[in-house]
Amino acid sequence: MSDQGPFYQRDRSWHPAAFTPQYKTSVLRSPQYPLLSLDNTISEMTGPRFGHNKIGPLDNDLIRNFAKAGDPIGQRIIVYGRVLDENARPVPGALVEFWQANAGGRYRHKKETYLAAIDPNFGGCGRTITDEEGRYWFRTIKPGAYPWPNGVNDWRPAHIHFSIFGHAFAQRLITQMYFEGDPMIWQCPIVSTIPDKAGIEQLVAALDRNATLPMDAMAYKFDIVLRGRRSTMFENRMEGN
Amino acid sequence: MVQKLTTLKESPSQTAGPYIHIGATPNWVEITGVWEEDLGLVLVGSETKGERIIIKGRVFDGSRTPLKDALIEIWQADADGLYNSPEEKRGKADPNFVGWGRQPTDGVTGDYKFETIKPGRVPYKDGRLMAPHITFWIVARGINIGLHTRMYFSDEEAANGQCPVLGRIEHKHRVQTLIAARGEENGLATYTFDIHLQGEKETVFFDI
Repeated sequence: MSDQGPFYQRDRSWHPAAFTPQYKTSVLRSPQYPLLSLDNTISEMTGPRFGHNKIGPLDNDLIRNFAKAGDPIGQRIIVYGRVLDENARPVPGALVEFWQANAGGRYRHKKETYLAAIDPNFGGCGRTITDEEGRYWFRTIKPGAYPWPNGVNDWRPAHIHFSIFGHAFAQRLITQMYFEGDPMIWQCPIVSTIPDKAGIEQLVAALDRNATLPMDAMAYKFDIVLRGRRSTMFENRMEGN
Repeated sequence: MVQKLTTLKESPSQTAGPYIHIGATPNWVEITGVWEEDLGLVLVGSETKGERIIIKGRVFDGSRTPLKDALIEIWQADADGLYNSPEEKRGKADPNFVGWGRQPTDGVTGDYKFETIKPGRVPYKDGRLMAPHITFWIVARGINIGLHTRMYFSDEEAANGQCPVLGRIEHKHRVQTLIAARGEENGLATYTFDIHLQGEKETVFFDI
């Protein structure tokens, strides 16, 4: 059985709505008309593919890929997991990009004004491509929580941003990874745009002591699920799928 | 109780935030030396087939203020209407055209710009031809889930009139929100495509 059909309809009740007033910036940036439903055409069922040759050897090592004079400050961690589709099949060859604040919660960006210090040895970006089993991993330091202008005293939980390309443009996804046990997750106006508690928990990476490198780095497991495709079994060929 | 389905739920989307450039276009925000060139900046080379065009515009919020922290991705067919993707089963696309591009909106003016080629027509699922179009995907701070839309071409009036997707737009005056006006700059065809997230001119966005 092959999955060659259009993608399953996106479950919009599982994702954040566009208009979420507790996250103030969404108020003027949310479309008000209903989205126009479009069963996938070939324009959405195709997508760019990125070769491993685009990726440098340090692209998935945020501890080393920007360092100028020594390692960045912070707790060393490994983040690993799989990119799967909704049919629970691995998505090989997926480009996964990630970016984050440093250990003090400061981003390296000219528009960032938080008073926590910039780390001269930390850039905060990385990328990798999933292997044949859909697996990826990277090494970094654990980002810090930080305050942001929304309410007068809102703080983001520690998080890493993820951008994922599957095999089709319909699967394009940007999301964030949180860390197991962080009480700030449940106080965040951006996290709470996700309507279902189980949906939030899907974005919380598990501490994995078995994958920890002794005397070196803690490990967190974070699986990502992209949209899955309908089987063509019932659409044209009853046999031979 | 009933049997459990074996399907998984898609990971919920979260906003790209104000600093998506760190991950997507690090060189553009002066994080240099990690990798040489940001992905998606260049679509067209000297060998690419097709009419060279420029697409430019801005993304406006509901107060008609341009977004200065958005990221736009485009995905399009080649000059013959074929996608450069393993999922493309109809033929082999131009090997000199990737068809995918990515640009930030300018941090001061909010302007974005792509240099690309005009795509050919590709069929709708029932075989009728869609008008030439480019898929757009917009993410930014305040956008909780990436917005999909399409850009069509003002000089393709006949094809636009027959396009099965444009034909599905119930409120006909809204079709115009997807049609970029053709002009000329330095001898190159230039299409202006402004995107309005809300308000009177709200762009038609798709649930694909």
